[in-house]
Amino acid sequence: MKAVCWLGIEKMSVETVPDPEIINPRDAIVRITSTAICGSDLHLYNGYVPTMEQGDIMGHEFMGEVVEVGPGVNKEKLKIGDRVVVPFTIACGNCFFCKHQLWSCCDNSNPNYWIAEKMMGYSPSGLFGYTHMMGGYAGGQAQFARVPFADVGPLKIPSGIPDDKVLFLSDIFPTGYFGALNCDIKPGDTVAIWGCGPVGQFAIRSAFMLGAERVIAIDRFRYRLQQAEQGGAETINYEEVDSVLGTLKEMTSNIGPDSCMDAVGMEAHGKGLTYLLDKAKQAVKVETDRPLVLRECIQACRKGGTVSVPGVYAGFDDMIPLGAFMNKGLTLKTGQTHMMRFMGDLFQRIQNDEIDPSFVISHRVPIDRAPEMYKIFRDKQDRCTKVVLDPWTNGHAA
Amino acid sequence: MRSNSDSYSHNRRDSASYPKSFVAGRWGAIVAGGALAAFGLSRRSGGGLALAIAGGGIALAGAKARPYLEPFSAHSSILVNCSREEAFQRWSKFEDFPRFMHHVESVTNLGDGRYRWVAVGPADTPVQWDAQVETIRENELIEWHTLPNSQITVNGRVEFTKEPDERGTSIHVSIEFAPPAGPLGYSVASLFGKDPSFLIRQDLRRFKALLEAGEVPTTEGQPHGPRSAAIAALRFVNPDRPPRKEPRLSENLESQRGIA
Repeated sequence: MKAVCWLGIEKMSVETVPDPEIINPRDAIVRITSTAICGSDLHLYNGYVPTMEQGDIMGHEFMGEVVEVGPGVNKEKLKIGDRVVVPFTIACGNCFFCKHQLWSCCDNSNPNYWIAEKMMGYSPSGLFGYTHMMGGYAGGQAQFARVPFADVGPLKIPSGIPDDKVLFLSDIFPTGYFGALNCDIKPGDTVAIWGCGPVGQFAIRSAFMLGAERVIAIDRFRYRLQQAEQGGAETINYEEVDSVLGTLKEMTSNIGPDSCMDAVGMEAHGKGLTYLLDKAKQAVKVETDRPLVLRECIQACRKGGTVSVPGVYAGFDDMIPLGAFMNKGLTLKTGQTHMMRFMGDLFQRIQNDEIDPSFVISHRVPIDRAPEMYKIFRDKQDRCTKVVLDPWTNGHAA
Repeated sequence: MRSNSDSYSHNRRDSASYPKSFVAGRWGAIVAGGALAAFGLSRRSGGGLALAIAGGGIALAGAKARPYLEPFSAHSSILVNCSREEAFQRWSKFEDFPRFMHHVESVTNLGDGRYRWVAVGPADTPVQWDAQVETIRENELIEWHTLPNSQITVNGRVEFTKEPDERGTSIHVSIEFAPPAGPLGYSVASLFGKDPSFLIRQDLRRFKALLEAGEVPTTEGQPHGPRSAAIAALRFVNPDRPPRKEPRLSENLESQRGIA
């Protein structure tokens, strides 16, 4: 089959690899009909998340048709022929964490838990196509994928609803929603969201679903800010203002947003000396992340407010303003999304026409063009917001 | 011997009395690991950094390595989401141990609470010992000790305690290990050369996964793109590298059908 493989920093390649097989009794094999490149894949593309290995198959946003199931899969939950969206987190369904709906913290799905323990103390769940520290599972930017614990994660989708509408239930829609839920929104609240990429876009819309009065979105790309405005947000282009903090103060009568969301993560851009310092430290690997946005969220949040972090961080970060965090009595909420908590409910909202997630798609290309699309997406060329790959159409650059 | 976290302990002895083959291997690891680290650093890339870390790890492991010729003990514990009865039941079937103890090839019931253990030694050398179950307290404790005239001594103790609020059962395992003197002792001991408590913990993790999820998670045997020689080297030094090739599920199914 064809698969997008990571061959090194900024080196993606579509390779022909063996088809996946059932390895464990609860595995299923999915024939992928649509798959996407996630913003968090760019951290791997740029080489900032440790424990990638040459030859790893990328991708954690995919859907398709079940073509094979292992003997241990509960037949009432999943069978051959089912059309499914596969969540990016892998969960066993029966450990302490799964029982408490903390699906992305599953205790049994990461075979390389001991690597993650060295960095984090305890290991989160396994993830598709996202480093060996997170299990080393082959990803879904391919024609087929092996899905472990297949009777837990995959959400069945009836025919008649197009892939484009439901594909993002695999990650970014629930992740934006979880980010908004973590903002602990109460009626009348103002939510500030840094980052207007796909997760930010879903977070904006989710914040309104959850009752926010105002959403203020922050980015530097005009086309992304326009999309945020279409979702009802007020916007700040941080390259056009002296200070985001000052602007937020002005916009909120000096009280500050009730909650601040970092939908950017470890590769934030910014202005000034601290940005250059972070960039230099990250380049020589003395700091894994550039936490500019997290710092700004903590500074900007109103007293007693909540900071929500759906953006991905990988390791260790400097100069986090813990003084502000402690003295203002803030709450910090984060985590990889507990997918199975939200997928069913959000699918209902799609079916009820409350939202059509396909609005974020800017590019649809054959899988052969994935390597160039990584670069276009990373560099925000061609108004790129979201790239969907078709695994079965042949085609190189037009 | 009980403690709250993983631990192991043994008595050190003067490094001058280490066997020659051990000393050679140890310096080999330090030199080769150091060279790999230097090469990795010179690459100035993510892959290079990974190599450097791996090389440094090998060199450090070499420098820290001790031949486990003295008796030592190791301990680990884990929380499993099941009843004490179920955990005890599963642990009472010694014959099933190879399902989660990857270094154990087979355990055969010889009757009267005696079991013959066969483990995979380095270079696939089988190592064998007979053990006698000494104490069984239903749902609480199992203790076994090695019978005289065995190649090595492996005494074990496993305790089951109920955790509050339906959190499940904590399983505490202690192993006392005494390899014999001589080359066999050294080769057997090098099996545990990495970190004995790590191996016990791995076994416990697999036991937990079998009970909770019905299977042990793995990515062995899945497809991937072209790997480099450096990755092959990294995979070789992986402390979790299985000592024996697991039969594929398809083969397992075949054999199950055979039994039925």
